[in-house]
Amino acid sequence: MPKPQQWAEDEVLEFVTLKAGGQSFCIEITQIREIRRWSPVTALPQAEEAVLGVMNLRGAVIPIVDLAARLGLGECDASPRHVIMVVAVGDKTVGLLVDSVSEILTVSGEQICEAPAMGRGDVPNSILGLISVEDGMSRILSPSVLLPHGFKEVA
Amino acid sequence: MSRDDLKATFFAECEDLLEQLSEGSQDMIAGTAGEETVHAIFRAVHSIKGAAGAFGLENLVTFAHCFETVLDRVRSGDLVPDTDALHTILRSGDMLADLVELAQTESEEIPEAMPAILDKLNELAGTTAAGDADDAAPQEAQAEEEFFGFQPLVLDPIGDEDGTGDPAESRFRIRLSASSDLFRNGHDPVLLFSELAALGQVETRCDLSALPAAASFDPEHCYLNWDLTVTGQVTEAAIRDVFMFLEDLCEIEEIDGPDTADSVAEIETVAAPTDLDAPVASATMPVAEPVAPAVAEPRAPFEQALAATNAPSPAPMEPPSADRAKSTAKAAASVPQTTLRVDPERVDRLINTVGELIINQAVIAQKLIETGLASNSDIMGDLDDYQYLARELQEGVMAIRAQPVKPLFQRMQRIVREAADGLGKEVVLATEGEATEIDKTLVERLAEPLTHMIRNAVDHGIESPEKRTAAGKPALGTIRLSAAHRSGDVLIEIADDGAGLNRKRILEIAVSKGLVPPDAKLSEGEIDNLLFMAGFSTAEKVTNLSGRGVGMDVVKTAITSLGGKVSISSRPGEGTQFSISLPLTLAVMDGMVIHAAGQTLVAPLSSVLETIRPRAQDVVPFGRQGRLLSIRGTYVPIVHLGHLLGFTADPSISADNILILIRSEHSGQVALAVDDISDQRQVVVKSLEGNYGAIEGISAATILGDGRIALIIDTDAILTLAGDLGRDVSFKEETQHAETAAMG
Repeated sequence: MPKPQQWAEDEVLEFVTLKAGGQSFCIEITQIREIRRWSPVTALPQAEEAVLGVMNLRGAVIPIVDLAARLGLGECDASPRHVIMVVAVGDKTVGLLVDSVSEILTVSGEQICEAPAMGRGDVPNSILGLISVEDGMSRILSPSVLLPHGFKEVA
Repeated sequence: MSRDDLKATFFAECEDLLEQLSEGSQDMIAGTAGEETVHAIFRAVHSIKGAAGAFGLENLVTFAHCFETVLDRVRSGDLVPDTDALHTILRSGDMLADLVELAQTESEEIPEAMPAILDKLNELAGTTAAGDADDAAPQEAQAEEEFFGFQPLVLDPIGDEDGTGDPAESRFRIRLSASSDLFRNGHDPVLLFSELAALGQVETRCDLSALPAAASFDPEHCYLNWDLTVTGQVTEAAIRDVFMFLEDLCEIEEIDGPDTADSVAEIETVAAPTDLDAPVASATMPVAEPVAPAVAEPRAPFEQALAATNAPSPAPMEPPSADRAKSTAKAAASVPQTTLRVDPERVDRLINTVGELIINQAVIAQKLIETGLASNSDIMGDLDDYQYLARELQEGVMAIRAQPVKPLFQRMQRIVREAADGLGKEVVLATEGEATEIDKTLVERLAEPLTHMIRNAVDHGIESPEKRTAAGKPALGTIRLSAAHRSGDVLIEIADDGAGLNRKRILEIAVSKGLVPPDAKLSEGEIDNLLFMAGFSTAEKVTNLSGRGVGMDVVKTAITSLGGKVSISSRPGEGTQFSISLPLTLAVMDGMVIHAAGQTLVAPLSSVLETIRPRAQDVVPFGRQGRLLSIRGTYVPIVHLGHLLGFTADPSISADNILILIRSEHSGQVALAVDDISDQRQVVVKSLEGNYGAIEGISAATILGDGRIALIIDTDAILTLAGDLGRDVSFKEETQHAETAAMG
């Protein structure tokens, strides 16, 4: 299987794995700012369903996206047991609501497989690659898919 | 501090100096200039020249020098500037600004207009001295030649030694004690000596007695003192000019002159005193090479010091002590205003932190109230003080960011001049309300749209002098630029007394460009607003000034992105007026905290007219679902805010609702039905667009006392939305009956 372009073979990478919509995903650790517990958000009018609202992160207003809903895996019924991962995408900061955060994976570039092109519309280009883990595999999330749609229209 | 940093500081200072310069020249034109004004202009040019020399910016030095020579003649009363000369002075100021800008981009280019202006300056300078030859070809002048070829600060032309009718020669003794400030302020004794050499015979003795042993040598400190004797047909004033910025550091004394008794100068020596009896390692030098031997040796430390020290600045920063009173009196006259140069990022950080403090204060207040403490308890009193102090602090910090629009308006003066010159029109810019303060960000971001509008006014608004005369108007066109505070906003108006908009032509163009259908019936206002449409430019040919493919739509976009609005009005034959209204600051606003459909929202207080708890008979049905509020004989549509923003699907209005009457600049009034009003407070505006994006009907967010976010409603957008919704509702089936829970 061909290797994804963005990681060199001998590069050592760290990913944080998380669960959302019953599947395992991971995000490169350098993009993660912090992980915090779910707390109620302020709803936004005219927002897409996956955008739950905005939250106060030490004075900054950040949108909270339901990752499962964003990826088309069904809505997540947020409770205090859920976790918000604060992720930096470019110069934006976004909070992702996920079921749980599991562990940190340390892999080298060669262990990353390219995600097969599924050619389906519901999860467009959201997976950059795959990493095999003990009990299956973890999908590397593309940062751009994490942004709410509203943002992209503006940018 | 690296050389680049030094350079950056130099350019920052140039900006200030150029501002002073432009302000001063405006005063001169207006005829309100006093003696001090000319001095101030002269000093500004001189400072730029001095610092530019240190960076080897030759074009700048050459030009500044010629300019300075002319100003010097004006200053000494040698030259009484007529209109033409004043014009040249103005243009020279502009040119100097251009050169500074070019230097900033490290371009060696010479602006086209420069030789012409230089010629004019030289004409005004009326130089009789030998320097003339160099003046004629200034671009070739090397920095080094500069100091010998030109005679920069000569008040009276120096004739030949044996010239006829010369006053008797004078001798001055100057003692220069270099403290570390000398270099910190960007001076170089070598240059000073060169300037002196141009005045007359100079003898230089360098006093090395203060030089410590190598071990205790501080490279940033200068241990040298100089004794200089200038012999020649010089005046004390000319010498003082050379040491203009060093008066605290040197002592000038006339020791042998025509009228010695009166002219002994007493300038306080504030630097470390020089022990004259100490062994002096000295050299008396011929004038031709005034500095070589004595300075050659300590040269390295100088350069080190120069590189390591602060940027050149026009005045010594710390006149060290004793006779401070006298020197400050002098400084007060020369430095009109002391300003602090701060990295804006630091201010922003401070503002953010203060914003957090305000929120934190609110959190504490809320928590204390929740504990059920009596409102007259000590801690509640202290809390009130805390709140008061926090507000004070916030206001103070916000004031740091506020800046008068004056510099911005001054820049526009220049734009008008250039545009008018380029088009052969006669236009004057009248400004009002220059002291109006607005947020620094706004000042900066207004520059471009304003430039464009001013250019447009000159290009399209004002007619040619012939046309104006034919229309019975004065040939001189006037553009009025004004700023004022109005109900929490800043209002900026640009009005010209030109021909007004040619609505027929505008409509033709819009039709030909397919912006409106050919059969469209538009009101005058609608036609005027076509100017703001993308892809519209009325210039019949693309001129250098406007019609470069960017039109008023760009202006509108820029203003809108600042949270402002722009409107246009025009009367044929009388002129066109653009009005820009902008928020005072982007960071805080007074808001009313309201609840609608379970959500907490903030309405900008500036657009709230009143709050009403309506009597049943005041709410009248209108259409299927619509309701109107009858208030003082007029009817205002009622809009359910929670429904409008999509928080609830139920648009029905109950008797419990409170109505908030809001208005906007253009779209009239609407009454918003909300559940409750809980507070009225200052809120810190947090942009949503940074991390999310624009939301219709919402302008920004803020953080409430409990740390949660409340959205700030955009009243204008609400009015627009309400209009759309009104149309929707009247034709739609009533589908929702049950109360629907709010989102989130």
